[in-house]
Amino acid sequence: MTTPISPSGTLQTSTVDLGARFPSVVSADSRAGYKGWMIPKENLVEVATAIRAEFGFDLLSSLTAVDYFPENKMEVVYHAYKTTGGPGLVFRVQVPRDDPIEVPSLMDVWPGVDFQEREAWDLMGIKFIGHPDLRRILMWEGYEGHPLRKDWKEPFYEEETKPFKSRWPDGKFFLAEEKNPFHDNLKFPQNFDPEKWIPEGEALLYGSLARYTLKNEEGLNTDQIVINLGPQHPSTHGVFRAAITLEGETIVGLKPVVGYLHRNHDKIGERNTFLLNMPFTDRLDYFNSMANNFGYAIAVEKLMNIPVAERADYIRVIMAELTRVQNHLVFIGNLLNDLGAMYTPALYAFEERELILDIFEAVSGARMMCNYFRFGGVVRDVPDDVMQKIKDLVFERLPAKTDEMDRFLTENEVLVSRLQGVHVLDGETAVKYSVTGPVLRAAGVPYDIRRADPYSIYDRFEFDVAMRTNGDLYDNYLIRLDEIFQSLRILQQALKQIPQGPINSQKPQYQVRVPAGEAYGRIESPKGELGFYVVSNGKPNPWRYHVRAPSFVNITPLEQMCLGTKIADFVALFGVLDVVMGELDR
Amino acid sequence: MYGKGILKGLSVTWKRFWDTYIEDISWLLRGKKRYFTEEGIRHRSSKDTKGIFTIQYPEERLILPEEARYVPFLVYDEGSEGKKDVRCTSCGICAKVCPPQCIWIVRSNDPQTGRPIPEPTEFYIDADICMNCGFCAEYCPFDAIKMDHDFELASYGRSVYNMEKLLKPAAYYAGIRPQNYAREEEARKAKEAAKAAKAAGAVAPATS
Repeated sequence: MTTPISPSGTLQTSTVDLGARFPSVVSADSRAGYKGWMIPKENLVEVATAIRAEFGFDLLSSLTAVDYFPENKMEVVYHAYKTTGGPGLVFRVQVPRDDPIEVPSLMDVWPGVDFQEREAWDLMGIKFIGHPDLRRILMWEGYEGHPLRKDWKEPFYEEETKPFKSRWPDGKFFLAEEKNPFHDNLKFPQNFDPEKWIPEGEALLYGSLARYTLKNEEGLNTDQIVINLGPQHPSTHGVFRAAITLEGETIVGLKPVVGYLHRNHDKIGERNTFLLNMPFTDRLDYFNSMANNFGYAIAVEKLMNIPVAERADYIRVIMAELTRVQNHLVFIGNLLNDLGAMYTPALYAFEERELILDIFEAVSGARMMCNYFRFGGVVRDVPDDVMQKIKDLVFERLPAKTDEMDRFLTENEVLVSRLQGVHVLDGETAVKYSVTGPVLRAAGVPYDIRRADPYSIYDRFEFDVAMRTNGDLYDNYLIRLDEIFQSLRILQQALKQIPQGPINSQKPQYQVRVPAGEAYGRIESPKGELGFYVVSNGKPNPWRYHVRAPSFVNITPLEQMCLGTKIADFVALFGVLDVVMGELDR
Repeated sequence: MYGKGILKGLSVTWKRFWDTYIEDISWLLRGKKRYFTEEGIRHRSSKDTKGIFTIQYPEERLILPEEARYVPFLVYDEGSEGKKDVRCTSCGICAKVCPPQCIWIVRSNDPQTGRPIPEPTEFYIDADICMNCGFCAEYCPFDAIKMDHDFELASYGRSVYNMEKLLKPAAYYAGIRPQNYAREEEARKAKEAAKAAKAAGAVAPATS
């Protein structure tokens, strides 16, 4: 079942005038290249409540912080959107950059800020007053310092920004590991001794899960147990740990533990020049490198204010939709893997994925780490024989094979009884927790950025926003099939309409000039809203580069999803969120 | 009927199971080899593929598309008497545009004139750090560094490639990327012709 949504809502411009509503409190951001509203921290909760309740911005997409080190200011930036579509609202809080940096938490307004506030605390050291569980999330407890601050330096630190001077013209080759790893730029807590270190984070984690009910309803003495699912578990799709409190078989408490794959992608991005970030985005959600490229290219193009060549726009859409098709096919295969149908559906899905990856390899040179997009277009044109291959797949093979997948699984009684009626999320909770993507649409909220706030050339295609209303596991499975068919529809139109022409509006250049300012580029990645927040100060490197990863934000309501269900269903509930650790941990 | 869905699904796996044998027999009847031949491998990764899908690596190998990219190499033209004319002029663009910064170039000066020699004295690529992004090949203005097709890079230690290991002849490049090579040669010839024409044009008025 799909609901067509008229795109008319997106044409209206933002008419929100916060300044009129809060005259002496809120001011418009006057810096060049910046938009949005500046809110004093004392009034933040009040204004945020009005933004949500009065102006209807029910989805807080992104929360992130920027360290304006030279101005000695720390800024928290919020991007709020309406699930009914339309442009977003940016508002920000600036506080002096002297510890303790304190900003009120918006947990009571949008509970979806939970993990994002924890991330900002972890990496930037901003204390969110009123956050109930402000622990580090990506780094380990006991870690000294906040790595995204501009005065923090990583081990193996060589220079502030790339390119490093030692490479040319008189390159002095050295192995990275030869450099002393305990150089003075590696900070440990005072008197740190790994032998004697007691991980206080673990105590905090288990403390937050502890419940002391010793008698159940029948008066029987019972005990709850805490188990750790992961970090090494075949069904957590990578290194993910869930500390779960169990009452018998029922989940009564759950805390996700992430960050095992953390590599501080944001910091790497700030060291890189704008172009150099492109191949790094491939490594976020390695199933959808084309989609990641897309999001980053859009963000930087917004900042540079350059057009995209028309043919390149079509190629981008074709690649992004092929990515979505293969992602959803693999999702279905992996979900069945999680449910115990070992390998057969997964390998059927992988066959089609291989054929799509062959196309990616032919155009970009790599199967997964495509690095195909450039600012203003794409790297190279799609050759005619590859275009024919895409047409063969899109018009003949993929529809037939998706149908086959549908025949193979959808009516299978075992699958239906396992999935139907296991509740994931209802629409209201999903919006509250900033969940986006298929999970949100399966819960009855037809929010798809391709329609709600069209980017690139998505307004030229006819397609329906797939939606299901029950919000159970079975709907989450079906919606992926729906979306594959809708993607194929877009692909078929794009392949018919694609014009000839140049594939880049800019000259190929290895260093782009990006004017000062900020931009938030977001796309509908197969997993949800993928946003890139980029701040430039006119230099070759981004001042701030932040990835709003759908996988990371979508696990925020994991506890709410799992409370009261059986432990055996956890794997499936976690599976439908379709998270990829490369993106979650960044 | 309860169990209908399962039977429907099983019919799919049943069909897939027999597809392999039906394909094998039909290839046999046509007198063609489905395995260990280029035609067979191409067919197995085409839209008409049915039944068994896997390629029996290393006995069989996927046919790499021209654009496939792995760790870069340096191109040299074969000069007279086997002299290697290295195309690289140590301009350093590849080192600047390398995202993980794994390229080191040592440039040296001519001892007599004191002016820099274009050809690099040493050129290192730390292949373990290289992320195969292809920027160096993309932005090289002299077509001197190109991405390789050799993906079998397993080794017992660190793989740091020096000039000796990196240099490969232009013929090798033409072999793995014929279309790119032809296009670049054409562009180069056109450029040289334009240069010659310009030089002739500049000379002609002076002599007349």
